[in-house]
Amino acid sequence: MDKSYLKFEQIGMSFRRGQMATEVLRDVNLTIDQGEFVSLIGHSGCGKSTLLNILGGLLTSTTGEVFLEGKVVDEPGPDRAIVFQNHSLLPWLTVYGNVAIAVDKVFGSSKTKAERHDWVMHNLELVQMAQAKDKRPHEVSGGMKQRVGIARALAMQPKVLLMDEPFGALDALTRAHLQDSVMEIHARLGNTVMMITHDVDEAVLLSDRVVMMTNGPSATIGEILKVPLARPRRRLELATDAEYARCRAAVLEFLYARHRVPARAA
Amino acid sequence: MAVANKATAVAVTADMPVPDAPVRSAEIMPFRPPMRPMLERVGETARHLVQVILPPLIVLAITLFVWQLLCSEPGARLPPPSKVVADAWDFIVDPFYDNGGIDKGAFWQISKSLGRVAIGFSFAAVVGIALGVLIGQSTWAMRGLDPIFQVLRTVPPLAWLPLSLAGFRDSHPSALFVIFITSIWPIIINTSVGVRNIPQDYRNVAAVIRLSWWEVFYKITLPATVPYIFTGLRIGVGLSWLAIVAAEMLIGGVGIGFFIWDAWNSSRISDIIVALVYIGIVGFLLDKLIATVGHFVSHGVAAQ
Repeated sequence: MDKSYLKFEQIGMSFRRGQMATEVLRDVNLTIDQGEFVSLIGHSGCGKSTLLNILGGLLTSTTGEVFLEGKVVDEPGPDRAIVFQNHSLLPWLTVYGNVAIAVDKVFGSSKTKAERHDWVMHNLELVQMAQAKDKRPHEVSGGMKQRVGIARALAMQPKVLLMDEPFGALDALTRAHLQDSVMEIHARLGNTVMMITHDVDEAVLLSDRVVMMTNGPSATIGEILKVPLARPRRRLELATDAEYARCRAAVLEFLYARHRVPARAA
Repeated sequence: MAVANKATAVAVTADMPVPDAPVRSAEIMPFRPPMRPMLERVGETARHLVQVILPPLIVLAITLFVWQLLCSEPGARLPPPSKVVADAWDFIVDPFYDNGGIDKGAFWQISKSLGRVAIGFSFAAVVGIALGVLIGQSTWAMRGLDPIFQVLRTVPPLAWLPLSLAGFRDSHPSALFVIFITSIWPIIINTSVGVRNIPQDYRNVAAVIRLSWWEVFYKITLPATVPYIFTGLRIGVGLSWLAIVAAEMLIGGVGIGFFIWDAWNSSRISDIIVALVYIGIVGFLLDKLIATVGHFVSHGVAAQ
């Protein structure tokens, strides 16, 4: 057994509908180091979400295994907390309650009540939502909901933080704000992060490596781009940075020159 | 210096660090929304009242006027509003009289009916929610039960009455059964739809934090279904109020339903009309009551 932190080994996934079987993923191999920020990019339907859900344990791969710290991943769990695309907050709970439901379950036996309360507040402060703790999800903006979703995931102290297009539903300004917050949190906590995105700039700005997926069916990893930009990264400075431009161009070239969506080039 | 920076909102003093980059700042004007005058706010409340309260009052007045006109000529079969009020005056002004037997005031008649609804409807709510959750959770329960429920729910309330009289051999439990069987269907159906419609996202969240079966039920399933349950309860309480009036006509005794039947037998048409108004108002209030409870229980998610 090698000592890689997180490892996808020969992952394949087929969905069966009646007689028809569709192969979504084939031969996906990927190794991620502890503390690394990796994003997955590719056109719609390339199986990015499927891959993330396999890591999250919400789906079971048809072939291959995922190893986290040498152990096989076969069910969902708080060590692989997920930030869902549409925030998935429970509307009947307050902002505080949405984080507390996870904290109480995950740390119910290891922390006292007061410690759990402090931990919830600490994580809400991390995403700057402490002042809105008594509001319900429908009373706060989309960006704030996603902040709470991030706080809930971080509060589980996951080994890997999974983010499924976390900023996809947000407007550009809010998105930039949240990206900065995520970079800041990542710098502070050093989490291992795997993020799905559609946004080339987001991928290059946030990631240590950008994993580019080929088009489905039978999608696999096409290319992996290392982003050698120093941290902390500032979007304003990077806008004119040559290295940034090169990385960005490489991803764009992969997505639009070599792997454009064939059938739906509308 | 301060003069040079006249355009900036903050005067720069000599000991403040001067940035290297050229200062480009726009003047920032504080925005203070003007306080609306008191008179305007009062006027707004008044306008709201006019828009909401006035239209039904006008329609009511017109209806009463036309009714009065139509029924005023000699030989009219139904009494005009003025005669209704005059005839039923005792019944209207003293809802608390009790002359023994079934000769009681409106308050007692309505309370008796409401008491029956409360018992029958409570049973229906408990059993209905439980069955609804079962059908919502289990595909096999749905396949087995749903077709039967779809047939049974179309049976009119009163058609159950002879059967329940035969079964219970007593009018009181029979009336309760009719309320139960009438109001349970919408509760079952709405609850099961609610359970079925719980977003996959909520289930995923539950899976990631590893909630147990029981925790999923009371932390996710029940709260997520509350708006649907209360939709079912609202329809159910309305139906049970419909059913009790009809059932009481047949089983007799104290109750607003038999009061109407009794009034018809003794040709007290005005009492019937007043009783109808009461039934309508009580039904409206029942609906509002359930809606309000639902609004609070679901933290404002359920429609009011």
